[in-house]
Amino acid sequence: MLRVTRTIHFSTSLRYWLEDESEEENRKRFGREADRHGHNYRLEITVAGEPDPQTGMVINLVDLKNVAEREIMSRFDHKDLNLDTDYFVSIPPTPEHFASLIFDLLNAALPEGLLDRIRLHVAHDYFVDVIGSGA
Amino acid sequence: MIYSTRCYRFSAAHVLAHPELDQAENEKIFGKCANPGGHGHDYEVEVSVAGPLDPESGQIIRPGLLDEIFRETVEVRFAHRMLNEVEPFDRLVPTAENISETCHALLESVISRRSTARLAHVRVIETQQNFVDQGEL
Repeated sequence: MLRVTRTIHFSTSLRYWLEDESEEENRKRFGREADRHGHNYRLEITVAGEPDPQTGMVINLVDLKNVAEREIMSRFDHKDLNLDTDYFVSIPPTPEHFASLIFDLLNAALPEGLLDRIRLHVAHDYFVDVIGSGA
Repeated sequence: MIYSTRCYRFSAAHVLAHPELDQAENEKIFGKCANPGGHGHDYEVEVSVAGPLDPESGQIIRPGLLDEIFRETVEVRFAHRMLNEVEPFDRLVPTAENISETCHALLESVISRRSTARLAHVRVIETQQNFVDQGEL
């Protein structure tokens, strides 16, 4: 079994904010994260499998690039996670929630069982891994 | 499974030498790392935790709490110190392996006590050429 990783970069703005809660409660719960801010995310997408005997590839990296472009870049790059998406109304866009969402979006778009894990870098000193149950 | 990782740095001096061996024997094993005057590194420590997402914060652990735990258990002990003079490296050669095991042991119980997370992995990066991993990532 081999693992192949492609890395992409994107930038978003966000705040930790629950629409059903008061401003006071949001600020109490999330502190500074309740203020709108932004991140330069670095996302490592790792697929696992055996290389195809003919092409020598686990996945054609152009296909992986296209999936990443469609599922991640077009949805999130230079967008606001709260205002421009529907995902973070009742959960805050913490690295854990955001990485889980990214894993689910990629997993649904890629051939079954191919996505092994993702690593979402939120800052140079902070990242989250989501590892699939098949790993 | 979700893992959350914070990366920390501290600078420290050390000598790789076993206290019960003489200088010639230590140099044979540890080479230039046995220089009695010591040398130092900017250690980087990656601390990974796993566990349920706290419903209140939506996080495995609040990053600020993990930062505090690292500061109190590792940084205050080892940052800007001669490691060979600090417990447990007064009797344990301060290799990256032993630093990793020591950090792991120091962090593990405090993380469990102060949060619902568990320590899943530690990586100690000693130089750009070598690092040590301990755990499940």
